[in-house]
Amino acid sequence: MKSEDDVTLEVDVRVERARGRGFSLEARFSVRPGVTILYGPSGSGKSTTLAAICGLVTPQAGRIMLGADVWFDSAHKVSCPVERRGIAFVFQSLALFPHMSALANVEYGLPRSMPRDERQRRAEEMLARMKVPHLASRRPATFSGGEAQRVALARALAPRPRLVLLDEPFSAMDRELRREFVADVRAYVAEARIPMMHVTHHRNEARALGDHVILMEAGRVKASGGIDELLPASKDLLDDSMRISTRE
Amino acid sequence: MSSWQPLALSFEVAFFATLLATTLGVLIGLWLTSRRLWGRDVIDAITSAPLVMPPTVLGYYVLVALGRNSAIGKAWEAIFGSSIVFTRTGAVVAATLGALPLVIKSARAALEGVDPTLLKAARTLGAGPMRAFFTVHLPLAARGLIAGVMLAFARSLGDFGVTLMVAGDIPGETQTAALAIYDMIQGHEERAAAGMVAVLTSITIGALYLVNKLTAVPREE
Repeated sequence: MKSEDDVTLEVDVRVERARGRGFSLEARFSVRPGVTILYGPSGSGKSTTLAAICGLVTPQAGRIMLGADVWFDSAHKVSCPVERRGIAFVFQSLALFPHMSALANVEYGLPRSMPRDERQRRAEEMLARMKVPHLASRRPATFSGGEAQRVALARALAPRPRLVLLDEPFSAMDRELRREFVADVRAYVAEARIPMMHVTHHRNEARALGDHVILMEAGRVKASGGIDELLPASKDLLDDSMRISTRE
Repeated sequence: MSSWQPLALSFEVAFFATLLATTLGVLIGLWLTSRRLWGRDVIDAITSAPLVMPPTVLGYYVLVALGRNSAIGKAWEAIFGSSIVFTRTGAVVAATLGALPLVIKSARAALEGVDPTLLKAARTLGAGPMRAFFTVHLPLAARGLIAGVMLAFARSLGDFGVTLMVAGDIPGETQTAALAIYDMIQGHEERAAAGMVAVLTSITIGALYLVNKLTAVPREE
């Protein structure tokens, strides 16, 4: 059995983006199993960091490793394509395929080598686990906000990813939905013992979800450490109620 | 020769021209959507030129590039035993040139209209670029693409100028409906021309009507 250290994500990258305002990102950190929050204001490089980790953006230099697997290493010209990294990425817009049913959306990420029946069974199981089995044959246009999030999460987790990345998927949710979603994600990550990174610029959300936090500002890592140490609780009572209900 | 033969030839030429224009047009349209493409506006201008260029100028270029003395023309003749120009192949090439910009423009707009996050999502879910294209990008751009294909078919069905320059007006071989109508008017056979005029008009209007239907933005409830 693997120890926790086997699934640590190691990131040390430099990303220069010529377009726009000459933005540059230099980030070096490691992420252990559990939930790590990437926290910082808009434009601080959080989403670019996630994009580099999953391979949607190619860094100019550096190295990205998950356990013993090298995903990117500029010195040795290694760059593993996005589709082979085994990452669950939940986008801010959720990005459900509008022309496919919920079941087809979830099946999409399962290996093509898996028999069709098995793929369907796994997808149905995942939808049931996310409490939306009744949506299987329906298309995303008919889902409520909460249902869409559950299907997006089912789709991301069905292939049994080795790393989960959430890019502010809660931004359009109300408080109640966030609470449910957070609880579901935390349960999965704890059970699978895998690292998860979650981008946010909301303190409440960071505290509700995270074990560790990486503070980013202007494309640089300012600090990293325990959530209580770096993001102390605010005086807002609602924040505390959210935190208690989701972390107990 | 049946009086409807030119119309049948037009359909044959339009079918192959549409097939060719669709394949090339989707590929070029996709290429033009690439954010990293250097000189995209220049390429766009060149590929759009057949829409506004005089047919004689376009025909001239085709004759220079594909004529019997050109490298491509010689190679084609060596392989297939007949030339490109002044044959049905030439008529297909001429019709394709007119239809291609319509497919490229429709394909580019339709492909660019697909939310890029959906393609990124497909990639993170294990799909390679080809699978992401065929299972997500293409189906979501389908309405716009089909509209482009219909426009291309209507356009290639009625090509006149370039066809005349490149394929000639050989009855039974390269004389398409548009050329036959011209000949009939020249020979004061207006009544004979009227049938073909009616068919081409109905197909064009029908195609444009369907294109409008396909590309209409759904009204909010």
